[in-house]
Formats: sequence, C-alpha cells, structure tokens
Amino acid sequence: MIQDWRDIVQILLNGVMAGSVLMLPAIGFNCIFAVLRYPNFAIAGFATTGAFAGWVANAVYGWPIGLALPLAFLVAGLVSLLAEEAAFRPLRPAGPLTVAIASVAMTILLENIIRFSFGNDLRGYDLPILRDWRFDGIRVNPQQLQNTGYAIVAAGGLFLLLGFSRLGRAMRAVADNPVLADIKGVDPNRIARVAVFLGGGLAGCGGMLIGIDTSIDPLTGFRVVLSVFAAAVVGGLGSIPGAALGAMVVGVGEELAGVVLSPAYRTVTAFLAILLVLMFRPQGILGARN
Amino acid sequence: MEAYLVAMLVFAGFYALMALGLNVIWGLAGMVNLGLVGFFAVGAYASALLTTKLLWPMPLGWAAGALMAAAAGAVMALIVARLRGDYLAIVTLGFAEVIRLVASNEIWLTNGTDGISGIPGPWRGDVSPQGFNLIYLGIVWTAVAVVFVLLARLSHSPFGRVLRAIREDEDIAAVAGKPVLWFKVRAFTIGAAVLGGAGALYAHYNAYIAPDGFAPLLTIYIVLALTAGGVGAMRGAIIGALFVIALLESTRFLSAIIPGVSPVQKAALREGAIALSLILLLRFRPQGLIPEKTRTKAFP
Repeated sequence: MIQDWRDIVQILLNGVMAGSVLMLPAIGFNCIFAVLRYPNFAIAGFATTGAFAGWVANAVYGWPIGLALPLAFLVAGLVSLLAEEAAFRPLRPAGPLTVAIASVAMTILLENIIRFSFGNDLRGYDLPILRDWRFDGIRVNPQQLQNTGYAIVAAGGLFLLLGFSRLGRAMRAVADNPVLADIKGVDPNRIARVAVFLGGGLAGCGGMLIGIDTSIDPLTGFRVVLSVFAAAVVGGLGSIPGAALGAMVVGVGEELAGVVLSPAYRTVTAFLAILLVLMFRPQGILGARN
Repeated sequence: MEAYLVAMLVFAGFYALMALGLNVIWGLAGMVNLGLVGFFAVGAYASALLTTKLLWPMPLGWAAGALMAAAAGAVMALIVARLRGDYLAIVTLGFAEVIRLVASNEIWLTNGTDGISGIPGPWRGDVSPQGFNLIYLGIVWTAVAVVFVLLARLSHSPFGRVLRAIREDEDIAAVAGKPVLWFKVRAFTIGAAVLGGAGALYAHYNAYIAPDGFAPLLTIYIVLALTAGGVGAMRGAIIGALFVIALLESTRFLSAIIPGVSPVQKAALREGAIALSLILLLRFRPQGLIPEKTRTKAFP
C-alpha cells in the first residue's frame, strides 16, 4: 500500500485535513470541561444541530458556506447554552457524573428533535463539485482544504480570544482555579455561560464541516463522537491547545490505520488511542492538571 | 393481548437484570458505565455464536456470555479504575461503539449488519409460541430472582459495605486500609457479568441479534430504570425496569393516537420522550421513586 514517499505525504495530508475538522468539536468539549469539569457528551448533539442549521441556510435559502458557518456556530452555541441553563446547571451540585449522564440523554433528545423535523434521509449541502488538484501524484480535494481553512480560522479566533482579551483571561483564571477567580471578582456563572456557548458553537461548526465533507443525517455528530473524545483525551482533558494537537494525532492515526486495517475501523483506532493514553500518560500530551 | 403482556414482562426481566448489573457498578461502587449495552452485546454475541456455530448447549452458552462480558469489564476497569470517573464515562461509551462496529464489520463471524438468526431457544418449536414465551418468562424471572438474592446479600456483606464507602469517599476508604482499586475492579467485573448474562438470555429469546439492537438508547433505558427505581437499592432496579417498560409501551400507544405524523416521527417522539424523562427525573427526583435507605450524601 505504501510504495514511496508520496503515499506517506498523502496520508499525512489527509490526516491533517481530517484532524482539523475533528479539532473544533474537540476544542468545544475541552473548553466546557476546562471551566465546568464535566464531560459534556451532548457535544455530538450540538455538532448535528450546527450541521442542520448550516444545511437549512445553505441548501434551502442558498447562503454561501462562508455565511452559513457562522450561523451554525450561533445556533449550536445557543442550543448548548439553553441545554446548560435548563438541564445541566441544576444538576451540577449532584456531581459531574450525573451531568455526564444527562448530557448523553440530551444528545439523544437533540438527535430525535432533528429526526422529527428532517427525517432520517441523508442530505447534502449545495456545493459545486470540484476536481481534485494534483501535485506530483499527491491529490488534494479543494473542498477539504477549504474546510481545513475554516477550521483553522475558527480555532484561531478562539485562541486570540483566550490569549489576548479580558474575557479570555477570566476564562483561563476560572479554569485554573475557580475559587481564586471568584475571590478576584470574576463571575464564575458568566464565564461558564461563555464557555458553554463557545464550546457548543465550535461543535456546531465542526458538525457542519463534517457534513460538507460527506452528508448529514440525525446521527452525524454521534458518528464522530469517539474520535472527538479521543482527540480531547490524547491532547489532555481540559486543555484547548491539547485538543487541537490531539485532533491532528487522531486524524493522522486514523488515516494510517485506514491503510493497515479496514477503513470501517478508523474509530476503533481512536478508541485504542484513548486506552493507550490512559495507560501510559493519563493527563494527555499537553494536560498538566489532574 | 395476553401474548403481548407476556412478551413485555420478558423484556422487563431483561431490563431488570441489566439494571441489577448496573446497580453493582454505579449504585454500590459509584462508577459510571455509559456503555453497558456493549457488555450486553458481548454476552449476546458470545452465546449466540457458541450455540449456533460450535453447537454448545444453551446453559453453557449463557455462562460463556456472562464470562466474556466479565472479562471485558475486568480489563476495562483495570485500565481506568485508578483515574477519575470522567475517563470511565468516556471509555465505556467508546467501548459500546467499538463493539457495535466490530459486530457490523467482522462479517465472517457475526454476519455483519444482517445479524445472526436461528439462535436456538429452549423447547422452541416443541411448544406453541405462547408456550415458549411462558417458559422463557419463567427462565428470565428465575434468573432475576437468583441474581437479586445474590446481589442483595453481596450488598449487605462486608464487601458491599466497602463498595459503598468507596462510593461515598474513596480517600477515606483507602485510609481505612481498603485496596480501593481491587474492590472497584471486582465490582465492575461482577456487574459486567450480569449484563453479559442478560444479553445471552436476550439472544436466545429473540432468536435473532443484529448490531442495531445494541444502540446507546438501550443504555439510557437502563440508566433511566435504575434512576427511577432508586440508585443503590437492588429492588429499585426491578421496580425501575417495570417502570421503563410501562413508560415505553404507553408512549407507543400515545404516539399511535397522534394524527398526521409519519412512522419515523413517531419513533423520534418516543425516543425523545425517554431521553427527556431521564433528564427530568435526574432534575426533580434524583433519589428515585424509592430511595435507598443507607444513602447518606451522594445527592446533597
């Protein structure tokens, strides 16, 4: 299968392109985990919500992808905020595992709201069909490359927000030490709402990019959820740069495994990556706290 | 109508067994298991394959199903039990998906998404279909009774007390000299064995299994059953299982009388209603319909 260096470059390239799409929901998952300290499995539902919001804008109302993507962010972010305020926040005193269980139920609820409204059929975005570019035997799909660009812009926006704004500093402070941040006058509830909105929104963008790559149905988010967790765990739970790096590792790893094993087992590779990391470096590549 | 009621009670028995298994893991030891349908599937596939391909007798197949699930549970617990609960939630959820993927893709073994049919059932074909249902009703509820008595004894034994101590505060249990990891691994293994046994029984009742039958929704049913019945108390698992069957069937009748919705929409309404009831129950009655008496602080 691997005959010369071009095949290796091709695998790396495909892996990075696949990883960049996984990166957004993984960052969203870790963003919420960093501030609220519970694994929010409803990320899958938010991704599907975003994918469908973007699809309605693009395929029904004819919006270009560049406009539909911010809408996917907004809708998924608001749904995430609503889920948090209505369902998860009252459960927080009962412990992170209770919230985690409720978030699985929330994913199934969102999936079925979408199934009720749109049915089970596969739907595609309204996109021009583009021919692959070829460079010396290496194929690049322009649409995938464009998706990678969108993902990098969205993730870059979050990094700028976290790194250089007052709000970002407050978020990092709460993630680092909520008690201390509270004493210094940072309102933890406000920060939690921002984290939940951003996390859900990024998941929505990721869901739409996944949908552009293939097609969408009510299970779009759930199908990639294992790879998203793998990215979050490999990079380090609660670490946002970790989620980005973890997504690349998982993307390339799944692509490599697709060569050796059957392509259907890509997500099995993601699961093995989770187990390996938990056995040898539970805090992940970039996670420090435990 | 009678046949329908018997079939529902058989399913309530499967759910009760699964809820009992989950109760050891979650209720006693306080470990989350969001992939319990994966252990159920391992038991179902193990017993179905051994009895159809290697022609093992059914009771041996059931035992093998429980053992295989227990082995999977032990490995998983060994890897994750020393870490925080969040990791166990992720790993168990992933495990169930991996089992479903393997069952869908290893066509030489599992026949892929077409599933395995013709799984033998005790005296199936020798008696009328209703007779078979009644025989199976007896088998399943005998199993529920046996597992219930064993687990209730376990729960009141020193072993069960240590598990509850670990659930309430792991550090204190460790300071008291209890090997916390070892207790957790054993609790998880016992629970997984019960889940696998339930799966094996299910396979031989249904005569047909396919990856679609092991969707994450089933995990939600069982978590809902245990939450409704009261986490921690063994009888809560059984009451909760009956509650979930009643809820599932009443949503079936309710969705049937709503006019102007397609079958897909009806299914979506039912599944959504189950998910919503779990969220509402966690919110408004986390201690369950019948709370555990010894519970002290888990839900402040």
